[in-house]
Amino acid sequence: MTKKLVIEHLNAWFGTIQALKDINLDIEENSVTAVIGPSGCGKTTFVRCLNRIHEVVDNAKVKGNVLLDGENIYSNTMDPVLVRRRIGMVFQKPNPFPTMSIFENVAAGLRLNGTKKKNEIADVVEKSIKMAALWDEVKDKLYKSATTLSGGQQQRLCIARTIAIEPEVILMDEPASALDPISTARIEELIQQIKERYTIVIVTHNMQQAARVSDYTGFFLLGELIEFNRTSDIFTNPGDKRTEDYITGRFG
Amino acid sequence: MGTRFGDRIIKLLSLLFASIIILLIAGIIYELISGSARSLSTFGWRFLVTSTWDPVSKVFGALPFIFGTVVSSFIALCIALPLSMGIAIFLSELAPKKVRVYVSLMIEMLAAVPSIIYGLWGLFVMTPFLQVHVEPFLGRYLGFIPLFQGPPVGVGMLAGGLILSIMIIPTIASITRDIFNTIPTLSKEAGYAIGMTRWEVIAKVVFPQARSGMVGAIMLGFGRALGETMAITMVIGNAPAISASLFSPAYTLSSVIANEFTEATSKIYISSLIELALLLFIISMIFNAIAKLLIRKGRFSA
Amino acid sequence: MNSMSYLKRRIVNRTMLLLSYGSAVLGVAVLFLILSYIVVKGMSSINLDFFIKLPKPTGETGGGIANAIVGSFIVVGIASVIAIPVGVMSGIYLSEFGKNRFASLVRYFADVMNGIPSIVTGIVAYVFVVVPMHRFSALAGGIALSIMMIPIITRTSEELIRMVPDTIREAGLALGIPQWKVIMFVVLRTASTGIVTGIMLAVARVGGETAPLLFTAFNNSFMSLRLDQPISTMTVLIYNYASSPYPDWNTIAWGTAFLLIVIVLIVNIVSKVFTNTKYSL
Repeated sequence: MTKKLVIEHLNAWFGTIQALKDINLDIEENSVTAVIGPSGCGKTTFVRCLNRIHEVVDNAKVKGNVLLDGENIYSNTMDPVLVRRRIGMVFQKPNPFPTMSIFENVAAGLRLNGTKKKNEIADVVEKSIKMAALWDEVKDKLYKSATTLSGGQQQRLCIARTIAIEPEVILMDEPASALDPISTARIEELIQQIKERYTIVIVTHNMQQAARVSDYTGFFLLGELIEFNRTSDIFTNPGDKRTEDYITGRFG
Repeated sequence: MGTRFGDRIIKLLSLLFASIIILLIAGIIYELISGSARSLSTFGWRFLVTSTWDPVSKVFGALPFIFGTVVSSFIALCIALPLSMGIAIFLSELAPKKVRVYVSLMIEMLAAVPSIIYGLWGLFVMTPFLQVHVEPFLGRYLGFIPLFQGPPVGVGMLAGGLILSIMIIPTIASITRDIFNTIPTLSKEAGYAIGMTRWEVIAKVVFPQARSGMVGAIMLGFGRALGETMAITMVIGNAPAISASLFSPAYTLSSVIANEFTEATSKIYISSLIELALLLFIISMIFNAIAKLLIRKGRFSA
Repeated sequence: MNSMSYLKRRIVNRTMLLLSYGSAVLGVAVLFLILSYIVVKGMSSINLDFFIKLPKPTGETGGGIANAIVGSFIVVGIASVIAIPVGVMSGIYLSEFGKNRFASLVRYFADVMNGIPSIVTGIVAYVFVVVPMHRFSALAGGIALSIMMIPIITRTSEELIRMVPDTIREAGLALGIPQWKVIMFVVLRTASTGIVTGIMLAVARVGGETAPLLFTAFNNSFMSLRLDQPISTMTVLIYNYASSPYPDWNTIAWGTAFLLIVIVLIVNIVSKVFTNTKYSL
């Protein structure tokens, strides 16, 4: 097993409020790591620090190291744009580009990163949509607006859009929280299918989901990482009282 | 790095364009002041309080134009205010949704009609009507008041005020409607719950909450009226008179500029006209600034 | 309960609500009154010649306003070429980088600029352009109108770009697209329907302006395509022909007014419909 991401002494702030406190954590390649915890515990902030999108918010600050294949993404010579090409992200609410067609949405990352060849783009778009298990539903309306899709389809479109730029890591911030149970199940299935090619970090407030899809789980509370272990261990034999309280539903 | 370079370029470029706005305003103020410097130094404060406007002997006083501008705008406000309030109440409180959409659209169309078209209509349709029907009628029954004395000529202060009122109704009505719409339904329902009639809810619940915004809308409308040029130039009669009668012709700051600027030959004449423009600029800036402040304050974050 | 006072309250209520209905009816009636006059008096002078011929000297009937139609488009075109980039780019600055004091100043100045009476704009363009060029010109007219357009486009662009949710910006950034491309090709595109509508409305508004053109574009009885020469416009033509003592010319003024109002109202209605149906995020 190789370590894809190594997080060292990661701290994050919004203005003067500290959202993450000294997080240390390793993420295995081609695994699914779930991040759980009650609302406001910093789990979303955590993944947003992993692709340097936290810092685009006003007054937001980050300190610490995140090593991607041993290279610190927070070093001065690192361009955040290039980091984000290697570490993709799927957001909580589906956010397709509303004025672009389904095809253009998936092609956007490639086109705006300078790919010109039409055939190449068409190939990648088709491959990505297929991988996101959306192809059969949209193949006849690729040039319709992305907003015509249902919420679940939109979210899979966003996954396809992320896959299209061929990242190494995919961050998912509660990707199913705005979706119905059937769409949720499809997204979870999808995660299982694509994890052999990508390293996935998924934030969820749904513990069953974490148990179903992930190999590793980290439990966050008030900006601190309380416990990190194999998912099976966390759920059967939590090492910390607070983790146990949370997963047995005693708070949060 | 390549991508950061692009980011910096767009920030700088957009900053550059935004600076154009600052530079333009600075340029405008500078040109207006330097253009009117000659007139300012020659006439000083007398420019504002004397009535002689004589290009031949090169003596210039703006009082009749200030009078004409302020009075015509005031008349416009007196007519437009109750009507705009009525329309705003209709649109926000009374009209069924479908009617509301269409009436709103039409009121907005009223705002979109170019000034010159109001002028054309005012000149050929409204002023003859005033001359033949309205002014003789007013003169006959209200002639004992100085406001309604004098021969009915159609063009004049009354015509000017009327045409301006039509032009500022959409402004006042639509801003007031927006402000009424921000007042929480809850507080209106509280009024109904204690047995108020619809009008009482409007007068005692809606008006007090919307007051500063309404004043802002009125100021904005007044500011518009002060600066309006074409329509009023075509119907006010363009004679530098200060008269108590609404029937008599008058002249406004903007109309003098429109009529005389291309014919002005002497430097002091041009300078005096530019000083009129400076006056207009300052007045409308003051009204706009106060209006914006009040409207911002008057909006409810419901 | 005191029944007299209740009656009085009901009467007051009825009266005031009736007055409110009345003012709405009056407002709409005035619009129709003006429009119907323009249509009735203006439509009769509209024919093919009106669009393709030049004005005839006084005394001769017929003729058209081809030069004024072309002139209006040229002057408004110049104004748009200047004001659209300045306005949209300033809007981008204010919405994307506008959390500082300089931006507040720009916002404030744009509002000041928006409140400048149109006749003052004319004077300003006269001093800026006509004086140094020593002649009236289409360019001066265009610049005068652009001074009116810039603040309108700036503030509407700012507002519409700001309405694009941050999640869209983040979606772009998360794809490894550089910020400048996210702004230009994702955010701007998302706001584009609204911005185009705003630009159309601004064009319609300045296209109906007369006062800024009186001593900038001036007028011209002939067809002129040159930017450094005086040029005829529909609005100034209406003004000149309406104020003239010749009935023939007055008729042409009505015809031109008809054409102008048709254009202005169509643009306004189309953009209203456009915003209501298409623009939803």
